[in-house]
Amino acid sequence: MENNIVLQGSDCPDIPAEKFKPAVRQDLAHDKKLDTKPIGYFKGAFIRFCKNKGSVVAACIILLLILFAIFVPIFTPYTVSYYDNNYVNALPRNRLFEKTSFWDGCEEVKNVGLINFTIDYAKGQETGYNAIKDQKYTENDGSYTYRQDSIHKVGCIYQNVSAEEFADIQKYQDETGKQVIYPTVDPQDRPKNQDGKNANYYFKTEIGRGGKTQIVFDEEGKIIPVYWEYEAGTVDDGYTSKKRIEGESGFERDGKTYFYRYSNIAGSGYEIRINYYEYYIYRHTYVNKDGIKAPYFLFGCEKQGKDILTCLASGARFSFLFAIAVAVVNMVVGAIYGSIAGYYGGKADLIMERISDILSAIPMMIVITLLKLHMGGSSHVLVLFLSFFLTGWIGMAGTTRMQFYRYKNQEYVLAARTLGAKDKRLMFKHIFPNAIGTLVTSCALVIPSMIYSEINLSYLGIINLSTGDITSVGTLINAGQSAMSQFPHAVAIPVVYLVLLMLSFNLFGNGLRDAFNPSLRGTEG
Amino acid sequence: MYMFKYIMKRLGLLLLTFCVIMLMCFVLIKLLPIVVTREQGVDANLIYFKLQERGYITNFVYEGNLIVGYDRVPIMKQLWNYLYNIFAHGDFGIGFTMGEYKMQPVWDVFVEKLPPTVLINIYSTIIGVPIGLGLGIFAALKKNKWQDQVINVIIILLISLPSIVFAVVIQYVFCYKLDWFPLIMDGGYDYFSWSMFKSMLPAVLSLCLGSIAGYARFTRAELSEVLTNDFMLLARTKGLTRGQATFRHAMRNSMVVIFPSILSEFIAVLSGSLLIESMFSVPGVGKLYLDSITSQDYDFFMLLSGFYTLVGLLAGIVIDISYGFIDPRIRMGAR
Repeated sequence: MENNIVLQGSDCPDIPAEKFKPAVRQDLAHDKKLDTKPIGYFKGAFIRFCKNKGSVVAACIILLLILFAIFVPIFTPYTVSYYDNNYVNALPRNRLFEKTSFWDGCEEVKNVGLINFTIDYAKGQETGYNAIKDQKYTENDGSYTYRQDSIHKVGCIYQNVSAEEFADIQKYQDETGKQVIYPTVDPQDRPKNQDGKNANYYFKTEIGRGGKTQIVFDEEGKIIPVYWEYEAGTVDDGYTSKKRIEGESGFERDGKTYFYRYSNIAGSGYEIRINYYEYYIYRHTYVNKDGIKAPYFLFGCEKQGKDILTCLASGARFSFLFAIAVAVVNMVVGAIYGSIAGYYGGKADLIMERISDILSAIPMMIVITLLKLHMGGSSHVLVLFLSFFLTGWIGMAGTTRMQFYRYKNQEYVLAARTLGAKDKRLMFKHIFPNAIGTLVTSCALVIPSMIYSEINLSYLGIINLSTGDITSVGTLINAGQSAMSQFPHAVAIPVVYLVLLMLSFNLFGNGLRDAFNPSLRGTEG
Repeated sequence: MYMFKYIMKRLGLLLLTFCVIMLMCFVLIKLLPIVVTREQGVDANLIYFKLQERGYITNFVYEGNLIVGYDRVPIMKQLWNYLYNIFAHGDFGIGFTMGEYKMQPVWDVFVEKLPPTVLINIYSTIIGVPIGLGLGIFAALKKNKWQDQVINVIIILLISLPSIVFAVVIQYVFCYKLDWFPLIMDGGYDYFSWSMFKSMLPAVLSLCLGSIAGYARFTRAELSEVLTNDFMLLARTKGLTRGQATFRHAMRNSMVVIFPSILSEFIAVLSGSLLIESMFSVPGVGKLYLDSITSQDYDFFMLLSGFYTLVGLLAGIVIDISYGFIDPRIRMGAR
């Protein structure tokens, strides 16, 4: 009390009135406003996360993968159900790399014999679509080395068409000026063995030793074309298109006009010799109009002739959607179950723990098999969803329960209870928010393992997701693995995707865990 | 005595869990239709008679000589018959649908298929443990130096990547490109010959890479924690060299934690990896299990499911019990 000085009028000298100023209200404020913004729980976690460079990079990669999964199936003209038998195991081709020998859709073939080389070379000569890249090759003592184009190596094929389709192709030829149909070869002149079905023998051949086809060369070492000819006005093979090899009017020999025959009448239709590349374009742009302009496979094709890019992106999209859906459902169910077990404790907790113990001890394989066998008719997606759900929520429940045990007896909870908060309010308003960080983290950690199990199961063939417009990366890996020795791209591309996904998700998850749990920082090995 | 009680309690719980799972499994399987394939040269009736003899079905309906209908025995009675056969005769049933194992005792086939699976896992442990521990110890001793960073990157890579990636890469590089190993595992029963060992190696390698990383990470974390303890300082002060102190004091203390995890991992990998086994065509239990799933051979499925469940449960309990031995707090808590 002594310290309190009471000011009295006599203690103060007279102060002139003009020295007094009216107080400005702001100056009276006692608390200074904080210069910095307050950092909340999530903001802090975000800042800590951003400090971890590896995790940020991983998050970017995940974002890219997700964008890939969302947009590629929209923009690619191919679908999962699309396939083309003639382009089985086609190699990856990127137009930007056309000039290089890396991503150009060509395969280096070494030490090819003269016959196979001539066939490939002749394909390019006839149609202008080079089966040998740029018709460049090196010869070494009768064996040839060159880069074989995996699209154009198909060359020509014999195709049986109806009269209408034949007319339609000719109409297309006249409209676009492209040549689809090439002069056919008299069945007499085709190789007399199994090669007779190969439409790329449009030149003179004979059967050599061991029933093998040999090519007959002229004096200059060139091939001798044996197109089927007829004298003008003698045969009607239904061909009227202006696209002819020798021009519209045929060619003269011995004073007579000859035409090449473009079809062989087979039954009610025609057997024609077509360049498959042009025919493919005709079929997709003119008949089906499905948006496919030309056979162009960025990641190549797998062993059934499906486009790997489309399959991979669709598989990835399914994986992401599926894993996120399962994770969300697991999180909700696990959070509710764990909250109840953790909050009430005692007998309820004991019984609930036993139930989840037993459920978690059942091997995944048993769950899936039994569900699959019992739900015979329904789709495998549902089976997979149910079996992931059946055992997946337990981890989430355990996490929530732990958090509840930690927080339920803290003072602020007791205070809230004293103030009259009901159980439900205590559980979800006061205690549960403490568990959100851990839950989100475990969600992020669980998603990659879920994606991997899905890939694993479809690889093993236990779950078959390849119906309609869905496919799985596991199916893709399985398909690619069987042709791995010759066409490693078919397995390498999905595996690279898997590596990127798993690595980035792991780094991302670790970063997230550290960010949400500051005490863990630095100890992670 | 507390320890004994604790173990008994854990074992009792394990048995209870196992029984409940198997009971569910049995009931759910018995609700499924019985698949009997009719094929040339095999009398389908024979299989029906066998099923009747095992007490699964009864009251046949004949159409000529062929059995076209039957009644199911009540499921609880079937369970009794099943358990009776197991405990009285050690008979786990016979194969009904899987071509090569038709009418063969399930248990014999299982025992025949066990060695490749077990061997692959033993080899993978033999290779994995020393490398993993070595890497972990080295990283802990060189903590926060560049060696540690390198090992850390390797560990993160190996832990993140799933075994399917290792398997594909190993198969492509070692089996196709370099041609060091055969593509698939040899058949036959000569498990200890050199060629068999060589043919197993790709599978062993792809199995052990993941566990190497696991061991290394665990060892590094444990050891580096022990190394910072005060007693380590004391050991150095009383004149031990760094190596002596590390091996006699730090290693022993950290092994107490590391060893149970090795044991448990060993039990866990006993069940093998279905993926690795199918990828390298290992003629083991995993392939048998997959076949029994696809061809719906229920007796096989029951036995193998039991095997996998038991292995999983045992691997879990080993850690708990050994911690009980090591850490008195857990033992006391069991009282």
